[in-house]
Amino acid sequence: MDVAEELQALQAKVAEMPGKENKLSMVVFSGELDKQIAAMVIATGAAAMGMKVVMFYTFWGTAALRDPKKNAKGKDFLARMFGFMLPKGRNKTVLSKLHMAGLGTAMLKGLMKKKNVSSLDDLFEVAGMMGVEINICEMSMDLMGFTKEEMIDYPNLNVCGVAAFLADAKESAIQLFI
Amino acid sequence: MEEYKPVKVLDYKGLKCPMPIVKISQEIPKVAVGDVLEVHTSDPGSIADFPAWAKTTGHTVLEMKQEPGLIRIFVKRQK
Repeated sequence: MDVAEELQALQAKVAEMPGKENKLSMVVFSGELDKQIAAMVIATGAAAMGMKVVMFYTFWGTAALRDPKKNAKGKDFLARMFGFMLPKGRNKTVLSKLHMAGLGTAMLKGLMKKKNVSSLDDLFEVAGMMGVEINICEMSMDLMGFTKEEMIDYPNLNVCGVAAFLADAKESAIQLFI
Repeated sequence: MEEYKPVKVLDYKGLKCPMPIVKISQEIPKVAVGDVLEVHTSDPGSIADFPAWAKTTGHTVLEMKQEPGLIRIFVKRQK
């Protein structure tokens, strides 16, 4: 094989290599406040570093995307129960540790304000402004009885399935599961 | 020491991670290539974050000066 041929084969191989794009794909599985904050800090930070950022909200994570002002009609009993039991939006999420019947979560929120750490509201706004994409897992929404109509207004929000995540993850330099 | 001529001084005092690098990434496109920005921050995390941000985005941190309660970072737009 001559050099030109070898080079061509190598180039084709490099083009096919996973993780070649300057992109972050993140699964947001957890619905707790602390993990939601961590996910958003990493997402906005990555966007600031010039990375394309795609977040995939699934299972408990989807509840954090509910808009407290919106209600969907025509839900069956189980869907209504799930809707009642899960947090209605990001500001109703609680800590994964030290929640202590609301005391710990309230204390952390107070501390965040005092120490000027960005709130989840601020982080979502920044993320939207910086072009961070949010994808919601259709299967999780369906399972929990959520509809897209009751989700937050966000500039780049779509419903997707696992293949969409995998396709993005494969070409991303970084993949995270939170 | 003061050989840089910043076109703008950005006051990020009081801001916590990730806001300093979020803000600098939004300011950098507003200045010309070769321009220097001076960032004032009180976040010790910025000492590690700004060089990491610069390395990834292709810009340069010319110097970081630590004063009591204040960190001054000189950032040059490279492209």
